[in-house]
Amino acid sequence: MAFPIAQRGLLAALILAGVASAVSGSIDPYFLDVVMGVGVSVVLASSLNLINGFTGQFSLGHAGFMALGAYTSAMLSTVVAPRLGWSPALLQWVFFPFSLLVGGLLAAAAGLAVGAPSLRLKGDYLAIVTLGFGEIIRVILQNVDAVGGARGLTGVPTHTNLFWTFGSAALTVYTVWALLNSTHGRGFLAVADDEVAAEAMGLDTTRYKITAFGIGSFFAGIAGGLYAHLKGYLNPGGFSFDKSIEIVVMVILGGMGRHAGVVFAAILLTLLPEGLRELGSRSVPNPFGGAAWSLEWIKDMRMILYSLLLILLMLMRPQGLFHRGERRRQRT
Amino acid sequence: MTEFLQQLLNGVLLGAIYALIALGYTMVYGVLRFINFAHSDVFMLGAFVAWYSVEKLGLPTQSIGGGLMALLLSMSVCAVLGVVIEKLAYKPLRQRSTLTVLITAIGVSLLIQNVAQNSRLGFGPNPKAFPALFPSQQLHFGTLTVSTHQLVVLAVALSLLGLLYWIVHHTRIGTAMRALSFNATAASLVGINNDRIISFTFGLGSALAGAGGVLYAMNYPSIDPLMGTLPGLKAFVAAVLGGIGNLPGAALGGLLIGLVETFVSGTRLSTFRDAIAFGILIAILLFRPAGLLGKLKVEKV
Repeated sequence: MAFPIAQRGLLAALILAGVASAVSGSIDPYFLDVVMGVGVSVVLASSLNLINGFTGQFSLGHAGFMALGAYTSAMLSTVVAPRLGWSPALLQWVFFPFSLLVGGLLAAAAGLAVGAPSLRLKGDYLAIVTLGFGEIIRVILQNVDAVGGARGLTGVPTHTNLFWTFGSAALTVYTVWALLNSTHGRGFLAVADDEVAAEAMGLDTTRYKITAFGIGSFFAGIAGGLYAHLKGYLNPGGFSFDKSIEIVVMVILGGMGRHAGVVFAAILLTLLPEGLRELGSRSVPNPFGGAAWSLEWIKDMRMILYSLLLILLMLMRPQGLFHRGERRRQRT
Repeated sequence: MTEFLQQLLNGVLLGAIYALIALGYTMVYGVLRFINFAHSDVFMLGAFVAWYSVEKLGLPTQSIGGGLMALLLSMSVCAVLGVVIEKLAYKPLRQRSTLTVLITAIGVSLLIQNVAQNSRLGFGPNPKAFPALFPSQQLHFGTLTVSTHQLVVLAVALSLLGLLYWIVHHTRIGTAMRALSFNATAASLVGINNDRIISFTFGLGSALAGAGGVLYAMNYPSIDPLMGTLPGLKAFVAAVLGGIGNLPGAALGGLLIGLVETFVSGTRLSTFRDAIAFGILIAILLFRPAGLLGKLKVEKV
């Protein structure tokens, strides 16, 4: 077996995911839900890392691409699947990955359509365009009755299990990793390091940026499909700007352009709200006597915490928490 | 015809407000070359300061003096806030990459929004009814109906635009601002204190945003902590449409976005009116990335 180490890692992860999935019946449902949420986050953060970290662009619309994938695969599962008359196992193991793929491809197509005009320009245009795109998607989803409008889309079959979430997470991390060690990946890194120099060396920088953006959007769509079949219910409000920011914070906290750091940050930040919720339901004894202090206020602190984290990180540790040394020189 | 004129008027009013906000984006971009995401939240705070000055400080409603006082108060508070944000969050990052500053700006924006939404620390998430600051009355010109509030919005917006033009083109500090946006190194070589000018630019832009917030709230009298996001984004689109860094361009872009949005609202596509601005943005980036009045700059190595 002459598999390189990364492919062996991927294979091991897939087998592990399959085994875990087989025994998942005995796991506490709440715990299972959280763990699968972590898997979806890893897919989202790793794919955004390809765009924002390795290629040095800045997308603020990851939730929009996720929404596209989520609604596409959910519509396939609720409208097309019942007419096929397939058995549940066939639906979960054959139709579901197919619907994920379609969702991912649609998100990638949207990514190319949005990325092509804005990536030709230097600077922060991509941030604004993707932000705007995310909002457009949300407005459209809210106004189209066929996908449930503002009420949301219900009755999505819960096909997502440990195998699909962790399989996708492993595949995403592997793809991003393998891509970076290919000709394309060197191009991405060159664009991130110095666009002018890359162009002077004859690289078609726009093409590299668009490729990275398309692939990142594809995996965002996959993550959306997983999310839809995990929750069984979709609401346009769940794909707001806040969701995009959450993913951006994962990438920044992990250190833009770091594989393991970003995965770790994704895990940490997905568990954080659960931790805050748990903490919020407790109270601390009042040292001055009298009624105990409730910690309920902690529950609404998540977004304030994220924003403070962003500012402080940028001021003090722009290379991210889990990052030793300077890989990339500071540009002025 | 009447309906057309009525819509035209509404469009111009909305456009004037967008222009006020867009000028702040464009001025900051001119001197620092980054998008100040927190600008739309300063706009929101402007509306809330006016609300507070009436509800808590007891400024009279329905009066010209009270209205002007509230307007001035919120412009000054926003100006101070803009300068403070710049000093605390952006100044330490002066030599860093644009991306770092951009992320910080997003952080500041989110912090303001979420603190404002928190019921313990800020205003709470529920919308508040905005009082009638100025005497409100409906005036009839033939078949056209105009409220006095609309006239106030128009008058205030136009005088602020005029004032800004005067400051930028006929004062020493305005000349320094233009010099800084033209070439920051050369400006400091001839003795311009860049930090002071940047602070002044932030203050000026934030004051305009604050005024924009008050005027917007007078037009749509329900305010909440997230009210700034969409107008802010549209104003940014307006700035790009006119050519970012270009002051007359921002005013023109604001006017165009306001008009297009108002006329789209009148059609069957009204539910998609918020999406129109972004469609315009993508189109402008495709066909004229420097904006209507902007000039493309060639990057030198």
